[in-house]
Amino acid sequence: MGDAEVIPIGTRGRPGRGTGKQRPSEAARGLAPGAARRTPPAKPAPRAPETPPAEARVTSLPGVQEEPQRAATTTVERSGLGGLPVGDLMSAFRYAAVEVFGDDWEPRLALFLAFMRRRVTGEYAVDEYGFDADLTERFFMAALRPIAEKWFRIEVRGAENIPTSGGALVVSNHSGTVPMDGLMTMVAIHDATGRFLRPLGADLVFKMPIVSSVARKGGATLACNEDAERMLSGGELVGVWPEGFKGIGKPYADRYKLQRFGRGGFVSAALRTGVPIIPLSVVGAEEIYPLIGNVPALARLLGVPYLPITPLFPLLGPLGLIPLPSKWLIEFGEPIRTDELDPGAADDPMLVFNVTDQVRETIQQTLYSLLMQRKSVFG
Amino acid sequence: MGRVGGRVVLVTGVSRDLGRRCARELANDPSIDRVIGVDVVPPRGDIGRVSFIRADIRNPVIAKVIVKEDVDTVVHMSVIATPGALGSRTPMKELNVIGSMQLLAACQVAPRLEHLIVKSTTTVYGSSSRDPAMFTEDMSAKRQPTAGYAKDAVEVESYVRGFARRRPDVRVTLLRAANVLGPSVDSPIASYFRLPVVPSVLGFDPRLQFLHDSDLMAVLQHAVLHDVPGTFNIAGDGILMLSQAIRRLGRPVLPLPSFAVSRVGSVIRQAKVADFSPEQLAFLTYGRGVDTTAMRDVLGFEPAYTTAEAFADFAASLHPGFNASERVLSGLSRTLVGAQNGSDHG
Repeated sequence: MGDAEVIPIGTRGRPGRGTGKQRPSEAARGLAPGAARRTPPAKPAPRAPETPPAEARVTSLPGVQEEPQRAATTTVERSGLGGLPVGDLMSAFRYAAVEVFGDDWEPRLALFLAFMRRRVTGEYAVDEYGFDADLTERFFMAALRPIAEKWFRIEVRGAENIPTSGGALVVSNHSGTVPMDGLMTMVAIHDATGRFLRPLGADLVFKMPIVSSVARKGGATLACNEDAERMLSGGELVGVWPEGFKGIGKPYADRYKLQRFGRGGFVSAALRTGVPIIPLSVVGAEEIYPLIGNVPALARLLGVPYLPITPLFPLLGPLGLIPLPSKWLIEFGEPIRTDELDPGAADDPMLVFNVTDQVRETIQQTLYSLLMQRKSVFG
Repeated sequence: MGRVGGRVVLVTGVSRDLGRRCARELANDPSIDRVIGVDVVPPRGDIGRVSFIRADIRNPVIAKVIVKEDVDTVVHMSVIATPGALGSRTPMKELNVIGSMQLLAACQVAPRLEHLIVKSTTTVYGSSSRDPAMFTEDMSAKRQPTAGYAKDAVEVESYVRGFARRRPDVRVTLLRAANVLGPSVDSPIASYFRLPVVPSVLGFDPRLQFLHDSDLMAVLQHAVLHDVPGTFNIAGDGILMLSQAIRRLGRPVLPLPSFAVSRVGSVIRQAKVADFSPEQLAFLTYGRGVDTTAMRDVLGFEPAYTTAEAFADFAASLHPGFNASERVLSGLSRTLVGAQNGSDHG
């Protein structure tokens, strides 16, 4: 590469205006004497690095099209493949890989590629609810973890109350206009125990496009007795938010006031399957999208339970969708055992109401004590 | 019961591929003396030792056949999902509903009848956003099917239940089969997956269950030979998501909003490329899963193929698609792993 290279200027001795085209223009061909004969030469003219003599110019003309290398001015001819800085590219790639995957980038990159291959070939398994553990662990959790750790700075307390195996029912308060608390609880539980929380979602979730398919892949299923009991007896860690839309869509003024706990269906599911109920209190989710208004007419038109107005949404448009960075405290309470009760306890409405109230009171009291401990909303 | 001869089985709907194969395999069973195939048109393929009687189940003549041939077992396979050779929906509905009524009426007056096996379908559970993840046999559809094959199947099942009440001495087994798939199966879902570009409903990823056609044959035979009454869901183990299934085929997917899918579906239907029925749209939006615990524990049947294996067997019969992204990734991982090994040693 050290040799000086002749950079041809002009037409390289062929008729034409040096446009770089393979084929001279009609007018240029007419200028060349003998062009009308169009007899190919007996053998291809040898490649000449310098400007060929005038005779060669004329005779080699009809052969121009058969020789693509003889393009007048192309960068390929001048630099060639040998000029590619392969070494530089490889080291740049290596630096980038170390930057993205860390020092052990090679096995991690191989793992990542294996994951991508599984995704495009469909060679992964889903369970009967459509839960895709591979995707959830490697994509959803990885995407949500920075939000949980950096944005909301979640502090988890009482993680030892989550059983490490077997079925259990996590019952949580619900707030925040958008069910962000559910997602954050999933990340917190997965990082604390390595188990996946299987949320029970309202039927609206499974009616909405995109949301429905993401929810099923993330492990959610419909909040109905059949599915709850099926999951609990299958030994899953199931999450419910019994306040539902009443809790998540309540005005900011009512923050941290628990709403009615549905009809207690979650308690009877736990009683029937004999799994413990773990009360969970989440502080911080109320402030991410403070709900100061609602457009009921438009909400009815769209078929959603409420249409939120927050201080930033819709005022700032899509920017208003960024949640406020409140500080979160989440506390798992002592498990409430249900396996000591009679098998017929689930059919005793009084008992079901009592257990529901017990769970509700525990969560409410924990919410108050967590609020006392929190220095400020964004602290 | 003191029957002198061997068993005589009558199979309806033998002009269709699955009915014909079922009859032929039953005829090969040593414990069955005689198999009679009944249909309006003669079967096209080989029926082996099956004796074919050309009779219309929509006609009272079927009662005479049952009595005269001394039939003790009726296998009803004539509830069809697609009009096929019948041409349109009206004769299909007539065959499904009126045919089943006539057949059951004939069965009711047949004194020697002991067993009735009806092949139904899991589409009786419908498909909606409010469905539980897995349907057990005692659940019913959250949204009753209002048209097409699913409605026919629901009606046929109600007639079968009525028959079971009126003839408690006859053992009635109702088999609700999931979507049947196999290399030679021609069904709406099979022709859907055979499309070169597979349309899907944007934003929805239904859960699917399949039953291999050889397993359908096996379970029908099992039900004929084992005296287990009741209703059973029949499906292969496990679940495939639609997106996963299409990826395993290596075919391009075309996500469209649901109204556009139904439009495309009717075009496909008219072009006779695939029978893309409107009631399939709900299935391709919300999917369906059925619980097969009773099939294992009560009926005592174990399918040989899981859902994924049945689908793989079906996919192997198709021309593989050009899965560009898979090729790029496998090439990339080969190069990188090669480079990695090279750099380790060098």
